[in-house]
Amino acid sequence: MSDARQQRMLLTGNHAVAWAARLARPKVVPGYPITPQTPILEKLTEFHASGELDAELITPESEHSVMAACIPASLTGVRVFTATASQGLLLMHELLHYASGARAPIVMANVNRTPASPWGFWPDQTDSVAQRDTGWIQFYSESAQESLDTVIQAFRVAEAVLVPTMVNHDAFYVSHAVEPVEVPHQDVVDGFLPAYSPPHRIDPQNPESWGNVVTQEMYNRHRRDLGEALARVPEVALQADREWGALTGRSWGIVERYRCEGAATVIVTMGSMCGTVRDAVDALRQSGHAAGLLKIRLFRPLPVEALRAALVGVPDVVVLDRNYSPGHGGVLHQELRAALYGIDKAPRIHGLLAGVGGMNVSAERIADLVRETVVGAPRAESVWVK
Amino acid sequence: MNVPSPAMLSAKNFKSDTKPIWCPGCGDYAVLTSLTRALASLGRPPEEVAMISGIGCSSRIPAYMNCYGFHGVHGRALPLATGLKVARPDLTVIAAGGDGDGYSIGGNHFMHACRRNVDLTYIVMDNHVYGMTKGQSSPTTEPDWDNALTPGGTGVRPFQPLVVALASGANFVARAFSGDIVGTADIMTQAIKSPGFSLVEVLSPCVTFRPEQREWKDLVRPSPVPATDDPARAARRLMTDDGFNIGVLYTGQRQPYRPKGSETEKSLDALCQEFVI
Ligand SMILES: Cc1ncc(C[n+]2csc(CCOP(=O)(O)OP(=O)(O)O)c2C)c(N)n1
Ligand code: SF4
Repeated sequence: MSDARQQRMLLTGNHAVAWAARLARPKVVPGYPITPQTPILEKLTEFHASGELDAELITPESEHSVMAACIPASLTGVRVFTATASQGLLLMHELLHYASGARAPIVMANVNRTPASPWGFWPDQTDSVAQRDTGWIQFYSESAQESLDTVIQAFRVAEAVLVPTMVNHDAFYVSHAVEPVEVPHQDVVDGFLPAYSPPHRIDPQNPESWGNVVTQEMYNRHRRDLGEALARVPEVALQADREWGALTGRSWGIVERYRCEGAATVIVTMGSMCGTVRDAVDALRQSGHAAGLLKIRLFRPLPVEALRAALVGVPDVVVLDRNYSPGHGGVLHQELRAALYGIDKAPRIHGLLAGVGGMNVSAERIADLVRETVVGAPRAESVWVK
Repeated sequence: MNVPSPAMLSAKNFKSDTKPIWCPGCGDYAVLTSLTRALASLGRPPEEVAMISGIGCSSRIPAYMNCYGFHGVHGRALPLATGLKVARPDLTVIAAGGDGDGYSIGGNHFMHACRRNVDLTYIVMDNHVYGMTKGQSSPTTEPDWDNALTPGGTGVRPFQPLVVALASGANFVARAFSGDIVGTADIMTQAIKSPGFSLVEVLSPCVTFRPEQREWKDLVRPSPVPATDDPARAARRLMTDDGFNIGVLYTGQRQPYRPKGSETEKSLDALCQEFVI
């Protein structure tokens, strides 16, 4: 729907993210280059140089310093955006915990890429699923358009609950692929994102301090507060997504059900693989196998209620993990089993390690894997497939 | 691979069969040649040499060499090399990488490696740019160099590797130019022989993102004065240095760091004796 409120452009996933960040009007953008994230920073720099982005862009000496700069900048009460990938995200780990503890609603795009060693530049979500315990909200996007919409929504959600938010998209498949993208008009985004005004901020007129040493009791309470904020996220995210839908004609849900009506098998995954699974679902349906896709868009907090509602009574669920937790298996597989454990009419859950290390898994292959998998009993561990 | 006796070693014995994927004309090819020549001239067999690097175009160098190699993570060549050297003091340990790797993300390690003065040689292929990520300013980049991430330049004063090395206690400080293969090999040989921490800062052009660095060959000149062992004199010389004086600046007398107990290392026989009941 190209209209006065949005303009269609050909953009890569990374440039769509840069557009979203620009439209959100961040005031501070620290960044350190890393393949395949660099085009996000380059595009933002271009916007800045042409006067279209009024922000302080800084290039610290590492990602650790980038996240360190983000936190106090955010706590002054301004919008902060950054982007990274793989090793950069891993290097930030210490400060990811700090940022959520300090309740700094930073928005960060992460381009999912294999972590070292060995070295690779391939799409793989191990980098970000490994940050699931840091207290950050995490979204996964499937396309350039979704990445643009999600980054804008992420500011809304992050600021509503004061929790930092990460928007992930897969290396190259999304980050570098060019697609037609509807870029909303600045007024639309301004209307959607109210001016950011946190209840507490670093302000010399009203001195407060962050990060102090606390008692066990205070620490315990602090963790619970963070948990309560995260518990509100599914509702807040859905509300934001609905409003965005009303403004732009696009909403994505926190999970998406594709052809799940009466499904005998539902495939669950996240990120770029969802596109391929849609084709696999169509092929399976064509051949008489009632299959559907459940796409997880919000991964942290895991929307347990929505997952239960979507999967209760489905005979078989096949989880495709493009990540690997050695000694444990596919992270989504394990999380889904925990989320559905103990409910009535729980599905049989099969976990497949498909696409780890960036391996390409075609729609035909996924359809075959599903047919082969559901005839057997679910295995305790995730199964490696090619 | 059949390795000849130390006296017969040639640069070829230190080159691997992997073909470098550096851009044609990249200065790092010549650094590889100089380093393999230096190692051959030192007569240490490849199995007694370890190359440790970080991440960047230049940090690919261990893959192109025939000796122990470790391609680490971005910025951490020096801590990795330190760990190896204290565990195996008998090895010749060489750390290598780029100016981004060594002075930006790994900048803090650089200072502390100089201070600690472990017997390492650190070869920095300095092209004043992050080459691998396609041309952003590094700490040694000129403040007005225009690029996609900092249009018009960073406006930030360049990092002075030789000044920092000297001030932090490095025992050997030199600048080389990749285009001078013989001179660079000679500086590297001295650096590896010198006890303690040795910095060899090699001007190594990035022809792809800094094509103007091809002119470095006309700008470099041999340093007008020989190396000194007086840090104050070396410091004074750096005050008037324009970045293109080539040669050894400083060779100090500091005792290199020794792992605790290494002086009293026991023989295997002596150790066995302790376990006799
Ligand atoms: C933690 C981390 N951050 C960022 C990167 C991306 N990265 C790879 S090499 C590099 C810079 C390389 O520059 P330099 O060390 O000067 O080497 P050159 O490529 O110029 O030889 C960067 C930023 C990375 N690999 N890891
Ligand atoms: S980009 Fe520059 S540093 Fe990297 S290989 Fe090419 S010329 Fe060398």
